[in-house]
Amino acid sequence: MSDEKIKVAYWPGCVSRGFTPELHGSMALVAERLGIELVELDRANCCGAGVIAEHNQELADTLNARTFALAQQTGLSMMNICSTCQGAQSECQQRLDADSAYRAHVNEALSGQGLSYEKGEEGGWTNKNFLWLLVEDYGLDRLAAQVKRPLSGLRVGPFYGCYIVRPKERLGYNHFPDRDIYLEKVIEVLGGQVVEYDGARKCCGFPVITMARETSLRQAGTHVGDAIDAGADCLVTPCPLCHLNLDMQQPEAAKVVNRDLGLAVLHLPQLVGLALGAEPKELGMSKHIASTGWVEERLTAGAAA
Amino acid sequence: MAEYTIKVRRFQPESGEGPYWEEFNVDLDPSLSVLDGLLQAKDNEDGSLAVRCSCRAAICGSCGMKVNGQSTLGCKTQIGEAQEQADKMKGATGVSAAEASSPIRGEGSDLGSADNPIVIEPMGNMPVIKDLITDMESTHWTKIRRVTPWLLPHGEPPEREYIVDPESMIDITQSMACIQCGACVSSCLSMEADPGFIGPAALAKAYRFVGDPRDAETQERLHDLAEDPHGIYDCTHCFSCIDACPKGVAPMDQIMRLRRRAGEEGIEDPNSGHDHEMAFVKIIEKKGTLDESLLLQESFAPGVKGKLKPTKRAIREMLGSIPTAIRGIKTGKMRSLQKLIPGVHHKLPGGAQDEVKAIYKHAETHNEEFNLYIKGEEGELAEVDVEKGIERSTAPASEEVGK
Repeated sequence: MSDEKIKVAYWPGCVSRGFTPELHGSMALVAERLGIELVELDRANCCGAGVIAEHNQELADTLNARTFALAQQTGLSMMNICSTCQGAQSECQQRLDADSAYRAHVNEALSGQGLSYEKGEEGGWTNKNFLWLLVEDYGLDRLAAQVKRPLSGLRVGPFYGCYIVRPKERLGYNHFPDRDIYLEKVIEVLGGQVVEYDGARKCCGFPVITMARETSLRQAGTHVGDAIDAGADCLVTPCPLCHLNLDMQQPEAAKVVNRDLGLAVLHLPQLVGLALGAEPKELGMSKHIASTGWVEERLTAGAAA
Repeated sequence: MAEYTIKVRRFQPESGEGPYWEEFNVDLDPSLSVLDGLLQAKDNEDGSLAVRCSCRAAICGSCGMKVNGQSTLGCKTQIGEAQEQADKMKGATGVSAAEASSPIRGEGSDLGSADNPIVIEPMGNMPVIKDLITDMESTHWTKIRRVTPWLLPHGEPPEREYIVDPESMIDITQSMACIQCGACVSSCLSMEADPGFIGPAALAKAYRFVGDPRDAETQERLHDLAEDPHGIYDCTHCFSCIDACPKGVAPMDQIMRLRRRAGEEGIEDPNSGHDHEMAFVKIIEKKGTLDESLLLQESFAPGVKGKLKPTKRAIREMLGSIPTAIRGIKTGKMRSLQKLIPGVHHKLPGGAQDEVKAIYKHAETHNEEFNLYIKGEEGELAEVDVEKGIERSTAPASEEVGK
């Protein structure tokens, strides 16, 4: 990978500015340290998280076409920091790209706003989660060179979020077949140790937290418990919705699976930030529900060793 | 030809012992299937190795199994690709799929073990009868019968067949492509947490009748599926069934269509699924981005500020969320009025909110559904279309549809 400066149209999503403000903050800090310039799309709207598509597919497609068009107006490719945004937006983009007549119909709704979504050439305009951007555009070698405090001895369980691993055919796995092992690659480059456990690519349960609370919390509790049993010091996720169920709901999930939990869950930019030498507090880790104290202890012990 | 090691999860009930792993070395062309590998092991090494199969061409749906943890058909998975997948996971985690698979021990599991075998297990979410043969009756077929999988027309039957406009059947061709292999049931992450969930195969089958113009009990079906707490609103939207299905049925997409239809009927469900959906849609229209606390309140008690009174479940659920909110206030996660008080959330800046509203107006008048399975991708090569035609040949009418 080259050393050229990366500049992207940045869609932070809703939850990173809502119940997980530490994600938005840590992303800004990490982008600055990595030399990634973020042009924030502050006029863009919610991706619909699959729920709006469930209600009215055309509405979801048009809302996301608007976000894409706003990004394209900047002349830059787009970056998101949420697996759910990635999945919901990729779904709409797939439909928009499949058919020029449908695209024209959707663009008609945007024309009054001076906006239009244009299908990019192969390898042209893209919308990538920070995880994909980090590996594919920034480059793992370049990331390795930035590491100031290797996460030596830290055992990290990856947790992807469904929307960024399935369906493979929609999410570009034909061009990038390793997208479902990027978290492992990043953990290793940062000096951490990958923990293999059953839940890494399973569902956190968040989409049904209001509809089927027990199903939802059983999923979250089971995965956190499995990771603890496999010896994890923490989980890392590129999805703030997973974070809500795995971290914010963790005490409730513990009741459903009837066991003690207490495992720190880090947002991807936080894990990167720690390796770049940032302090846990400036990465907003004190805002988490499951204490991150143990992670800090392990890092201190690792640095002393 | 190439050599492969397949590691099979075996179980014989008559032995009185638990399940165990056994490895077999097989030698076959990489383009042949995992099922071919299993049959070679059965022929050459152990005739008692039990696997259900028939057509070997992804038509009969008999050989559902898990290959490296992925639910699929053994005959539709090339053994060379299965090896690549096993190598990839080993490279990523330093742990082979074999080591990561269910922690059962048995003779030979550590003896002369290949570095990186292809791991083959029986399907999940259903009991194992023997080796790779699962009991489809107790889960899969019971759930299929649960959704009344036959036509319920009203009135006197016509003298001959029902005549319908071919166009009106296109919508259900995708769910008709199902071959009842159970791979989606095996992969279902909701069923893993709630065995009572009706599940992807049965709900896709349900849509097949809900969407059928000849059926006269559409509303009753939708009420039934929405009002069952383990019905359409118990799906956790994980896409597992979409990737598992060998026929492109995309069961989760059919579940979402059932939700849309139930919503259009205005059916109130005990899971507050429809209220959640409507709350979400309305919040984005008003605010552009998600107001999480308002979503929570409106999901359980829509219009609580007005006159509607929340149900008992809604009150219980809302009270249940208070400890979570208190924890959030303590750590600073929710320490702002915007995040605590439903409705205080900001709007998009400088006229952007009006743009979002305009989109709502446009989309609500059209409400178009674009199904890629049916419409296909523009500019696909002719050969690809032909392949797809063959691929979908089990779905009646789909060949005309693809054109």
